[in-house]
Amino acid sequence: MKSAAAHTIHTMISWLLKAVWIAGTILVLLALQPLLQSGAIIDPYWFRILLLMGINVTLAVSLNLINGFCGQFSIAHAGFMAVGAYTSSYFTLHALYTPVRNLSFAQQATWMIGALLVGAVTAGIAGFIVGIPSLRLRGDYLAIATLGFGEIIRVAILNIEEVGGASGLSDIPPLSSFFWIWLIALMTIALSRNLLVSSHGRAVLAVREDEIAAEALGVPTTKYKVIVFAFSSALAGMAGVLAAHLDLSIYPSSFTFLRSIEIIVMVILGGLGSTTGAVLGAALVTLLPEGLRYVPAFTVRGYVVEMQAWRMVIYSLLLIVLMLTRPRGLLGGMEWSWHGLSRIGGRWFRGRPSDRNLPPEEQGEGDLL
Amino acid sequence: MSFLQVDNLVTRYGAITALQGVSLRVEEGEIVTLIGANGAGKTTLLRTLSGILRPATGAITFRGENITPWQTDRIVRAGIVQSPEGRLVFRGMSVRENLQLGAYTRRDRDEIAKDMGHVFELFPRLKERLNQSAGTLSGGEQQMLAIGRALMSRPKLLMLDEPSLGLAPLLVREIFRIVEEINREGVTVLLVEQNARQALAIAHRGYVLQTGQVVMEDTAAALAQNEVVRKAYLGG
Repeated sequence: MKSAAAHTIHTMISWLLKAVWIAGTILVLLALQPLLQSGAIIDPYWFRILLLMGINVTLAVSLNLINGFCGQFSIAHAGFMAVGAYTSSYFTLHALYTPVRNLSFAQQATWMIGALLVGAVTAGIAGFIVGIPSLRLRGDYLAIATLGFGEIIRVAILNIEEVGGASGLSDIPPLSSFFWIWLIALMTIALSRNLLVSSHGRAVLAVREDEIAAEALGVPTTKYKVIVFAFSSALAGMAGVLAAHLDLSIYPSSFTFLRSIEIIVMVILGGLGSTTGAVLGAALVTLLPEGLRYVPAFTVRGYVVEMQAWRMVIYSLLLIVLMLTRPRGLLGGMEWSWHGLSRIGGRWFRGRPSDRNLPPEEQGEGDLL
Repeated sequence: MSFLQVDNLVTRYGAITALQGVSLRVEEGEIVTLIGANGAGKTTLLRTLSGILRPATGAITFRGENITPWQTDRIVRAGIVQSPEGRLVFRGMSVRENLQLGAYTRRDRDEIAKDMGHVFELFPRLKERLNQSAGTLSGGEQQMLAIGRALMSRPKLLMLDEPSLGLAPLLVREIFRIVEEINREGVTVLLVEQNARQALAIAHRGYVLQTGQVVMEDTAAALAQNEVVRKAYLGG
């Protein structure tokens, strides 16, 4: 047994390590920002895609918390993104008078953090309010209820003249940047992974695995569902804040359920219940329409076919093929880890069989391959 | 006042009344068995006692306290836990994680580790399968895991819902032997069973449940000799 003093020192070191990690991440992101923005490494077009990808990573990883880990299928993510986008934009439009280019970095950071907090708190509260009645439902019923709530949020915004109705809000201060977008994305990934290894994470997974059994052991299942839902909504709200302060104008039509479906596609494509999968799915879904731009247009019986216009068809085909060949998504609940990587290496050398030979329900728990 | 006392419990699923005024008692240190056919209300009764279902009327008293309105986590903390019907283990999680979840309501790490060691003494096979995912265990091992997981909350009253369901006769005897051992260590047991012969063999007292009502109550030995019970539940 460890002595109390040794335990304290151990805790202090682990905190110190965490602080070093966080500080290091911030410094790297700060250094990358001017480098990438200058156009020296990637052109502005790909830089913009990198920004959209960061926002999508936050959305997909946060949706995976509720849909993947907690097992409660929600189709309302775009609604909570809208709440974050609108409340924070309303806040910065009405409280920030100085043009952003005249602000110092510290001032910009303060405003950005303020906007992120406003967006996260309001979207979190919205998630809490929507979650309490709808999380009593299960499966398809829950999906339909959240779909409805997502649309209610959008239609409500559409009818509030104060936030521009159908014409939306414009001239939002350009506070968002590569640094903030990827800081929040990395923070979301870190929170998601830390949750999973905690005892609360185990309880959340237990709710997904078997609600009755979890309940019987004293796990307050409803409480967990509502908390995870609100937390996931708050993170979606932050993604909304970043998107609004990047695009500088927002419209209710950007937050229809089609946007929610797009986020679900990212999560399912990557593998429901895998943070790594959600990141991968977000990257793929962001890149796919861009990649299609490079497919030259061709003519079939006199009709010009541009692949870009067919991207929804390609999404659907991709999903169908994936569901047929890898029903649990690309990663199927597995996570990236150094440990897993070293095991793959070991397998190559020794030629051990992979777990592909197991029946599907026994595959892919734990580390990547 | 009894250890556990149930008075006139009525539980409904919408329009269907599954428990029509059930009263029973369990004394400290006993094994009490509840026998009855499918749909008699056995599982409903255990779920109501656990706080998963809410009774319409009636009272549940545990060690002198009225626990009827309590939430499940509080009931588990007070010392009542159930191992649910159908070996509801968390299939995607390892044996270790399943057991850790059994101790969800506890924070005393050292004691939890000690209790996990004790579960391995009772079920050595679980120790061999520690990092295996629960879905890959055999039916008997899953039942052992479900019981072990329930023990991890350090219960005073352990409620078992059909632990023999779908198991080979040899394994059923093994499971019942371990239930007796758990009882000898001081845990009171409420055992719900369709396998009336085995259940009455290890129980002190028993109740017969029929369409949501207690129709008979006696010592286990007397019930095993009872003509009606023999015909209906012991195959003549």
